[in-house]
Amino acid sequence: MHNKTISELAQSLRAKEFSSVELTQHFLNRVKQHADLNAFITVTEDLALHAAQAADARIASGNAELLTGIPMAHKDIFCTQDVKTTCGSKMLDNFIAPYNATIVEKLNAVGAVNLGKLNMDEFAMGSSNETSFYGAVKNPWNKNAVSGGSSGGSAAAVAAQLAVCTTGSDTGGSIRQPAAFCGITGIKPTYGRVSRYGMIAYASSLDQGGSMARSAEDCAILLQAMAGFDAKDSTSVDAPVPDYCADLNKPLAGLKIGLPKEFFTADLNADMAATLETAINEYKKLGAEIKEVSMPNLKYAIPAYYVIASAECSSNLSRFDGVRFGYRCENPADLNDLYTRSRGEAFGKEVKRRILMGTYALSAGYYDAYYLKAQQVRRLISEDFKNALNDVDVIFSPVTPTPAFNIGEKLANPIEMYLADIYTIAINLAGLPAMSIPAGLINGLPVGLQVIGNYFDEARLLNVAHAYQNVTDWHKQSPNLG
Amino acid sequence: MNTQWEVVIGLEIHAQLATKTKIFSGAATAYGAEPNTQACVISLGMPGVLPVLNEDAVRKAVIFGMAIKAEIAPYSVFARKNYFYPDLPKGYQISQFELPIVGKGFLDIEVEGETKRIGVTRAHLEEDAGKSLHENFHGLTGIDLNRAGTPLLEIVSEPDMRSAKEAVAYMRKLHELVRYLGICDGNMQEGSFRCDANVSVRPKGQVEFGTRAEIKNINSFKFVEKAINHEVERQIDVIENGGKVVQETRLYDSDKDETRSMRSKEEANDYRYFPDPDLLPVFVSDELKAELKAALPELPEAKLLRFKTDYKLNDESATILTSSRDMADYFENVVKISGCESAICANWITGELSAALNRADLEISASPINEERFAGLVARIADDTISGKIGKQVFEFLWNSSESADEIIEKQGLKQITDTGAIEAIIDTILAANEKQAEQYRGGNEKMFGFFVGQVMKAMQGKGNPAEINKILKAKLA
Repeated sequence: MHNKTISELAQSLRAKEFSSVELTQHFLNRVKQHADLNAFITVTEDLALHAAQAADARIASGNAELLTGIPMAHKDIFCTQDVKTTCGSKMLDNFIAPYNATIVEKLNAVGAVNLGKLNMDEFAMGSSNETSFYGAVKNPWNKNAVSGGSSGGSAAAVAAQLAVCTTGSDTGGSIRQPAAFCGITGIKPTYGRVSRYGMIAYASSLDQGGSMARSAEDCAILLQAMAGFDAKDSTSVDAPVPDYCADLNKPLAGLKIGLPKEFFTADLNADMAATLETAINEYKKLGAEIKEVSMPNLKYAIPAYYVIASAECSSNLSRFDGVRFGYRCENPADLNDLYTRSRGEAFGKEVKRRILMGTYALSAGYYDAYYLKAQQVRRLISEDFKNALNDVDVIFSPVTPTPAFNIGEKLANPIEMYLADIYTIAINLAGLPAMSIPAGLINGLPVGLQVIGNYFDEARLLNVAHAYQNVTDWHKQSPNLG
Repeated sequence: MNTQWEVVIGLEIHAQLATKTKIFSGAATAYGAEPNTQACVISLGMPGVLPVLNEDAVRKAVIFGMAIKAEIAPYSVFARKNYFYPDLPKGYQISQFELPIVGKGFLDIEVEGETKRIGVTRAHLEEDAGKSLHENFHGLTGIDLNRAGTPLLEIVSEPDMRSAKEAVAYMRKLHELVRYLGICDGNMQEGSFRCDANVSVRPKGQVEFGTRAEIKNINSFKFVEKAINHEVERQIDVIENGGKVVQETRLYDSDKDETRSMRSKEEANDYRYFPDPDLLPVFVSDELKAELKAALPELPEAKLLRFKTDYKLNDESATILTSSRDMADYFENVVKISGCESAICANWITGELSAALNRADLEISASPINEERFAGLVARIADDTISGKIGKQVFEFLWNSSESADEIIEKQGLKQITDTGAIEAIIDTILAANEKQAEQYRGGNEKMFGFFVGQVMKAMQGKGNPAEINKILKAKLA
């Protein structure tokens, strides 16, 4: 059952080959069986079976949608009413959300079955899922390797087929990088395409929810249910959502693909370069034209990102003060003690590091030199993309410099960890949509191809990915879970 | 020392905008609800929630800007002011910093007959914090977040005021204006209109400002004057004793009538302002401006002028009658309904009605006598159905019942007697009974005339027409 796509499962459910309850139970069994991957923080077994029952009734009534009865799971950054929502932090280990995130509401409304809440880097700050209070997620392809982050649980759950599809969020690569490390497909839509309401904020101007699955088609189906204007999110965009599945099979003849010369340099890992070249050749065969593009300001993306993201997070995380919800230290002596110990005891090292960096960057006397400068750089980077996308339809790049590294390998060196996101970060600064699609294996570990598109051009990205998946089978390969 | 000191004052006024819901959420803003019953997930600053701007708050800010002839920013930006406090749920207040919605404007005030122009530097939108409750919690602190997220307009003046009196005049003028505009209920007890004062002194003639102290949260006109005067004395004392005024925030204690230090400049927060990434910039279109301008109510100054010219009212009456929009509307309605001369309407409103409202501590909007019933009273006085004196009796009945003036006059038999035959008969009886007094009057004791008027009125239970009585008495006593 777990090898089927969403469309195939929907068909089976309608044909009564099995029920959603049976399907859900099957996935719940797999979740238990592979608990060692540490992909889930919370499994909501009873709620899932209950939802599956409702889905079966809905399917029987002929009123079902594609996702009705499909077992999926949410990154634990999305608030789920009456269910623990931790954001991967000790700070929220006791937090039962009193409301649903908009995308959770939307997926509930179509009858998708939520299996539980997925592991993630603490407050989405990390590139390896090692900063989670609940421990690292293991890469299903090699349990010594990281799953990537911050949506590590989301990626590993799909790769290990513990859920048909999952939600994720991406602030600097948090959907695409773990998707690449775990050999699955993930899409970070245009900023504003998916509501942020109820998605616990890390860096508000960069955070964007998206979908993760084994294929572009499944990503399209899940994204379809998530996307759209939300009056509760002022930064969500009031534009119609196209049918993401309608264009999946459009021929690629004449598609113009840009390769940024700044990304395809001699520094690029030779295996990675070879893998990408093979993928690019497939696209040539499909009739695409390849062009070199230049984006001279890309080199500033990492410092600009860490200033902006840290500045925003330093403010966004102020609400975790031990007063109204979340962790509170024992026997605070006074107000200051309450603040410093609650925050000091409940935030992990990486979160503290970014809060400190952000606080510094926003401080009087430093604001202009850091925050304002970073915003200027951000505009330059957006301009670079805009110019490039005037000449080409999509831009290709690596997702990561290397395949998944080992657990513990980079944890002690934050700068090295930050560099793992070098190919993904600039896209968030520009607010563009981008995908990661499985493009090969290096030493038995998956690597991805990044496809970047113009604003609100998600349908084209999905089309570009789907066309590739029609002629290759990297996305169909599964790890041997032993 | 004989240094002449000059006082320099600037005010920051927080006016709570009279919107139904909060500035960034749909929670209600009504005052006085049970703690935390008007605190939605957004008011509580729950993880994942986002602010959505209340358009009505923007409209009210723009209306204010137009009324003080300020520039309305076509593009303004919300920023986060970061600091930790238990009643500040998000750890930051959403405010406006570099790009406020209302730019430079002004307000003319009158002090001792002189008009003075006070500059308004800016006015910006922001959200209020909640309240910390220190009583009844056994040494702990309770947090009520009902007020968190209530829209405020912070109106910052130039340091243009030179005395506590001017500061009070400015504050009163602003208070009157926001109520006129209907953008703030002005209720100072409930904190809908609060004031911080920046106060400094300098030797007369010196160009540079002295070091200022900010006095926080002064919530009445009386306290503004007292707090400023107190602070001025304190600063002069400090300087004259060889000390230096330090820049700091001080709190006014109305019980002890003193200000005391809250925190110095060194202890001041670095608020780390930055544009709020959750909110889009606010664009005020020309269409919106035109729409609001067209709907702008007549402002106090224009109304005062119109009352003086159109209704031919004197300064005093016109000032009282335009002191609030409700008062002015009441007056105009009474004139319209009664069809009487504006002077008599004005007299009875500024006299009897105002006094009664003051005694009962009521606003005109809560008057037990509505315009229609009041007009009924004025009309009967104007057409001589009742005398002014009886009018006061009728007023009492109006105040305490829901009957009309005509019903009261009828029921109580208060109708004025103008029938000359009836008056003559009574006068004849009285003259016959008081021959001695009549002789005295004829002998030149003019005071006796009043005695007879009184006797006649008494006999007629006050209902005799005074003009007729005078005329007939004069004739009979000649």
